[in-house]
Amino acid sequence: MHKFLFRVSAFVLAIALVVPLLAEGEEGILDKVKNRGRLICGVNKELPGFGFLGQDGEWKGFDVDYGRAIAAAVLGDPNKVEFRPLKAAERFPALQTGEIDVLIRNTTWTLTRDTDLGADFCPPTFYDGQGFMLRKELGITSLKELAGATIGVTAGSTTELNLADTTRALGIEVESIVFEETETLYQSYDQGRCDAVTSDKSQLVSRRQSLKNPDDHIILDVTISKEPLGPVTVHGDNKWNDVVSWVVYATFSAEEHGITQANVSTFKPENTENPEIKRFLGLDESGGMGEKLGLSKDWARQVIAAVGNYGEIFDRNLTPLGLPRGVNKPWTQGGLLYAMPFR
Amino acid sequence: MKNNTPKGVSGKIPFWRDIRVLRVLFQVIFLLGVILLLVILYTNMLKGLRGLGLTLNLDFLQDEAGFDISEGIPYEPSDVYLKAFWVGILNTLKVSIIGIVCATLLGLLFGIARLSSNWLIRTIATAYVECFRNVPLLLQILFWYTAVVGQLPRVRESIALFGGVFINNRGIYLPSPEPTSGLKIWLGFLGAGFLLAVILYVVRWRKLQQLDRPGFRAKWALPAFLIVALCGWFLTPDRPFTLDLPVLQGFNFKGGMRFSPEFSALLIALSVYTGAFIAEIVRSGIQSVVKGQREAARAVGLSESQTLRLIVLPQSIPIIVPPLTSQYLNLTKNSSLAVAIGFPDLVSVGNTMMTQTGQSIPVFAMIMASYLVMSLTTSAAMNWYNRWINRVGF
Repeated sequence: MHKFLFRVSAFVLAIALVVPLLAEGEEGILDKVKNRGRLICGVNKELPGFGFLGQDGEWKGFDVDYGRAIAAAVLGDPNKVEFRPLKAAERFPALQTGEIDVLIRNTTWTLTRDTDLGADFCPPTFYDGQGFMLRKELGITSLKELAGATIGVTAGSTTELNLADTTRALGIEVESIVFEETETLYQSYDQGRCDAVTSDKSQLVSRRQSLKNPDDHIILDVTISKEPLGPVTVHGDNKWNDVVSWVVYATFSAEEHGITQANVSTFKPENTENPEIKRFLGLDESGGMGEKLGLSKDWARQVIAAVGNYGEIFDRNLTPLGLPRGVNKPWTQGGLLYAMPFR
Repeated sequence: MKNNTPKGVSGKIPFWRDIRVLRVLFQVIFLLGVILLLVILYTNMLKGLRGLGLTLNLDFLQDEAGFDISEGIPYEPSDVYLKAFWVGILNTLKVSIIGIVCATLLGLLFGIARLSSNWLIRTIATAYVECFRNVPLLLQILFWYTAVVGQLPRVRESIALFGGVFINNRGIYLPSPEPTSGLKIWLGFLGAGFLLAVILYVVRWRKLQQLDRPGFRAKWALPAFLIVALCGWFLTPDRPFTLDLPVLQGFNFKGGMRFSPEFSALLIALSVYTGAFIAEIVRSGIQSVVKGQREAARAVGLSESQTLRLIVLPQSIPIIVPPLTSQYLNLTKNSSLAVAIGFPDLVSVGNTMMTQTGQSIPVFAMIMASYLVMSLTTSAAMNWYNRWINRVGF
């Protein structure tokens, strides 16, 4: 008997000594991704246009393309990425625990999330705002008329909080039903369980297409919040945050300079005069910008070759939904997209 | 035993050879190892959190929650997180308690029906048990929610039943009783009736003991109580309750009582699913009483109902109660699947709290502790019931 006890004790002690050793040896996410040879990216799987798993098993969407862009920059291959579908309420725990390398799931940048949730935000890739969708037949045009209505919303989103704020400010009472799954939310709305749904306008536009009769529904001409959506990395890994941020800037910058997926290969050291483009595409003599980020010299070229510039990503995914570019234009055209200088 | 210790060697065994010491020693080492492991895991977690710039504390519970909850006790988005969590706990309790009652009734009904000599009743009961026991609960919840409750007519086309009952896809609306000034007087009648009932119960019990005959102890007490309650209802100047009828106003019905579609779907799914398991437990409990017992009871002249009440049930209840307790615990824990259909239970509210505050670990601990308390209370109550029924008899 005591022999058995001795063995068990020894086993427990051994585990107790090994666990902290395993916890040591921390490496940055950039090295982790390179060693793994694969990027793990948390996305939405129920939002056509942003993140969507098609019937052919192919991931499609604006956020998905940014995941591919990062894979192209880090690993030189846009296909070396694994997409993890996440619900709104699951995304931050997944990021905190290191289950995903980067979160690109129409996530709004807020102060609380930046500080309390252990998240570091990269430049927004889509400036959105919260709106309301409801049935045309109700004949409602303003928010005040929604008093007493039942409104559907997704769990763990900023929209849930904005809805409560707005109705309090207007002094109206609404009943809000919180759904964990985006799919169930819109299904219930379609069945008439709720009078209206509220979410980012881009999501409303996207999901309206999949309702039974899209033409029966209107999106109110009111915006109750600012929703800057962009990639998120875990707090504390600045090097990795830099990489993701500059991949985003690369897509902005390429649009500013008119570099597209089609013409990026025509830029050669011989025919390129503009020094910023040379630095950007890694055509200059030195190691260039890539070395500073811990990436290859031609990382930006890889990004553009894989997914194109911002305008191309937008046109491919969001224009077919009928989403206008709005403020999501380069600053040179009066929009909010502004790439920091590549130097 | 004879002492065989050779000369020159001390009779004392060194402690590392003494099995009594060793036993304690190894247990202490084992315990230390476990504690060490826990401490390491805990510090490792704190280290990880520090790396993310997070700390563990419960201060956030006093912050304004800011999100709305669709049903439960009165609550405003301006209330604190602790209040929101409490709303979640009460919603879980509500669906669990009503669910346990419904599941027990269903289980009893179908469990006895499975032993019926009528082919149709027996087959229906078997079909019920086999269908609902073998389909995952989450699917059943989604089925009841989208395919049954969700398909009810819209608000403006509500099904109106007698007496102000309305059914639509926003829920089931019932008239609710509103207490009036007459309620106090009626409560006085109820109290008097209860007192009378207790006295009659004791008198009848004594009498039965005197006669040394089995019988229904509440045979006098129950009718007496009902007569007093009824007389009180009509003698009170104002009726103790008035009915508040639901009326369609704007988007929804106002007034009356309402069971939301989420609550209804969850309650139906939990009751039907757990009821199927309880039916099997009831059947096995009844069948565990050997046939000879029934035959003997009949031989001494007990009727069918007396056999069931005096011979079969007293022996099967101690067998039924422990697995029944497990089913009650399962039902309570399964109610956490509510999150799939938007019923604001403990887990649903907890999830929202986690994503809004980032305090995953404290909130998780709070959710786990809440379920633990609920489960331990349930099983303590059931164990007490089991002991009581064994002592007092059925």
